[in-house]
Amino acid sequence: MEPSTLALFWAGGIAVSILVYVLLDGFDLGVGILFGTTRDEAKRARMMASIAPFWDGNETWLVVIGASLFAAFPAVYVVFLGAFYLPVLVMLLGLILRGVAFEFRYRAERSRGLWDRGFFVGSLLATFVQGAAIGAMMRGIPVENGQFAGTSLDWLHPFPVLTGVGLVLGYALLGASWLVLKTDGTLRDWAYARIPYLLAGVVIVLGLAFATAVTVDLTGDLQRGGHQIAGWALIFPLVAAAALLGVGVAARARLDRLPFALTAVSFIAAFATLATMMWPYMIPYALTIADAAAPEASLRFFFYAGIVVLPVIAAYTIGVYWVFRGKVGRG
Amino acid sequence: MEFDPVILSRIQFGFVISFHIIFPAFTIGLAAWLATIEGMRLFTGNPIYRRIFDFWLKVFAVSFGMGVVTGIVMAFQFGTNWGVLAERTGSIQGPLLGYEAFTAFMLEASFFGVMLLGRDRVSPGFYLFACCMVSFGTMLSSFWILANNSWMQVPLGHEIVDGKIIPADWREIVLGPVMMVRWPHMLLAAFLTTAMCISATGAWYMLRRVHYAEAQVMLHWGLGLAAVLIPVQLFFGHLTGLYVLKHQPAKFAAIEARWQTEQPAAEVLLAWPDAARQDNRFALEIPKLGSFIASGNWSAKEIGLEAFPAEDRPPVLIPFFGFRVMVGMGLIMLAVSWLGNLLRHFGRLESTRWFLWGTFLSFPAGFVAILAGWYTAEVGRQPWVVYGLLRTADAVTPSLTTSDVMISLLAYALVYAAFVSFGIWYIYKLLREGPAGPALAIPGATASRPLAYADDAASATGAAERG
Repeated sequence: MEPSTLALFWAGGIAVSILVYVLLDGFDLGVGILFGTTRDEAKRARMMASIAPFWDGNETWLVVIGASLFAAFPAVYVVFLGAFYLPVLVMLLGLILRGVAFEFRYRAERSRGLWDRGFFVGSLLATFVQGAAIGAMMRGIPVENGQFAGTSLDWLHPFPVLTGVGLVLGYALLGASWLVLKTDGTLRDWAYARIPYLLAGVVIVLGLAFATAVTVDLTGDLQRGGHQIAGWALIFPLVAAAALLGVGVAARARLDRLPFALTAVSFIAAFATLATMMWPYMIPYALTIADAAAPEASLRFFFYAGIVVLPVIAAYTIGVYWVFRGKVGRG
Repeated sequence: MEFDPVILSRIQFGFVISFHIIFPAFTIGLAAWLATIEGMRLFTGNPIYRRIFDFWLKVFAVSFGMGVVTGIVMAFQFGTNWGVLAERTGSIQGPLLGYEAFTAFMLEASFFGVMLLGRDRVSPGFYLFACCMVSFGTMLSSFWILANNSWMQVPLGHEIVDGKIIPADWREIVLGPVMMVRWPHMLLAAFLTTAMCISATGAWYMLRRVHYAEAQVMLHWGLGLAAVLIPVQLFFGHLTGLYVLKHQPAKFAAIEARWQTEQPAAEVLLAWPDAARQDNRFALEIPKLGSFIASGNWSAKEIGLEAFPAEDRPPVLIPFFGFRVMVGMGLIMLAVSWLGNLLRHFGRLESTRWFLWGTFLSFPAGFVAILAGWYTAEVGRQPWVVYGLLRTADAVTPSLTTSDVMISLLAYALVYAAFVSFGIWYIYKLLREGPAGPALAIPGATASRPLAYADDAASATGAAERG
């Protein structure tokens, strides 16, 4: 069955929203993770300042994804949230925790340590479960009668755990390159010093994940996905690898703008790799775009919301980043 | 009660949505109030309206932020716990709730920012326009929620294809007659809730002998609005009752605690409904009034719960008491607002301290009425999640176990208790501090970070404590 034009429009819209979410919330979650690795209050305050105008808007994209999935692909919405019941719970509570910690740590004096830990732990947990969900999706999700047919801990396997750790390191890398881009002085030096280690970590974990995939966690689904990365599609993983290499080079040369741009490129290329592996499935390897799409009447009705609202949110996002462009002041 | 994923998921949904709804309900009213006050400021040029506006804008920002954060959880509840519901009706409920989320974001990404940060950057006329658009946006948000819920109460405009409930006529789904009664009922409830909070805040300052001028404006406006709105609300409440009688007779019987079919039917004012005995204990009844309320004449036959198969009967206790608590709160609002205006007419409003205390203490009346009304509507719809189409017991995600939902329920309870009490604490601090100078710009704050305004409250209060 071929997906309709409207179904492809929404699949594309959701894919772009996921990518935007990963890049934007990725750097602020990453800064949150790095935040937990220093005790220096001056550094912490400037880290917070570097993401203050952005983080809440970044999370907007998560709700755009959830709302669009429910409206356009209810079957995917249902199976995904059923399969990741506990990870989604952890992610939502993690995001609430860090959001509250962000706003309340400023005024707190006695309880600041508590909020600081909350900010770090919330960022870490939200990131880990996002990464684990990617790994579990690649292993395939059992579906019966349009519902998830497994248990709430099915996702917990060596491979998804490794992808979870990988994303923690990946977001931390994105966060470190963001700090390089947005700050100067000691904090920038500190962030530069961490980039090579985070890079090495990402590469090692990806290698371990690959090794796990072909040994203990080998499933037909993973293999099938692997076979789709052939021919011209090989360009995506190659671009991702080249971009990661470029991050290391740019960090050595201390070119402030490049590490973030190249890390973003590697995330985009990794996303394209995953999309190629899954195509045309939305829930591997049970629901395709055509299977999962809502009836045309629903897609059409919601289309009007999409063409009006998504550009407005995009323009607003760009506007906020433009207004707060440049290095964060030391004040 | 046996704990299974269905009952635990129901408790969880009830819990997270109860904590959510108090904030949007408050902000719908506050947005309209802010637009009104800004209009008055522009029209009269009186600076007191500016002080009142700046003060309530901070409260609005924090409540809006709380509503957004608790709303993120709501966006996922339908899929995590109500998988079969979301799968079977997703092509109807998904777009309706999607429109709500998108409406809220449109608002946040546009006029809300102007309202929070644009005072000195746009013309006064445009600023007022932005305030009106924010108010309009909050109402539009509630429109989609009510359209969705009204469809669950009385499904219209759908067809069933291969077991899936899919849209056939969006006009009927979105603008059905039930929706046209329930949406105004909810909007009026939100306006009344805010009017009572504003009156109570005014009364509080009056009692503490601070911010006299602002307190007087708040009291006069709040009580005046409530006095006008409450009769309209009683009328829409009556219309809501009529739709229940027509489309959901079992819910109506449960609200009335009418176990047996009666002719003429008595009206049970108060009782302890006993489901085991299918009867009321300690009933306080007025003969024939039940027939009059439902049918408009004193001798009509009114059906009782016995007329429905046992598996189609809703529980009685919560609809019965929920309805009475809601009506009771309505009567309190009626009494406070009308008496207040009477006192004002005789020039004794500001000096009658017992009345000011009463007004202050009735601040939660609107919130209680909203929650009680929603419990009546939702529990009364049982055992259906989509009335007549899908049973609640069949709607839950099949892979969930009791311990899964127990974990999530406990986690939400814990985090919400902490988060929401902090939010309410900050709003309380803002209110206690009262109107001061103009709202200060907060570094790094944008329209998508309204909770930053809690910070303002904290520092302002901290300064006051030191001083």
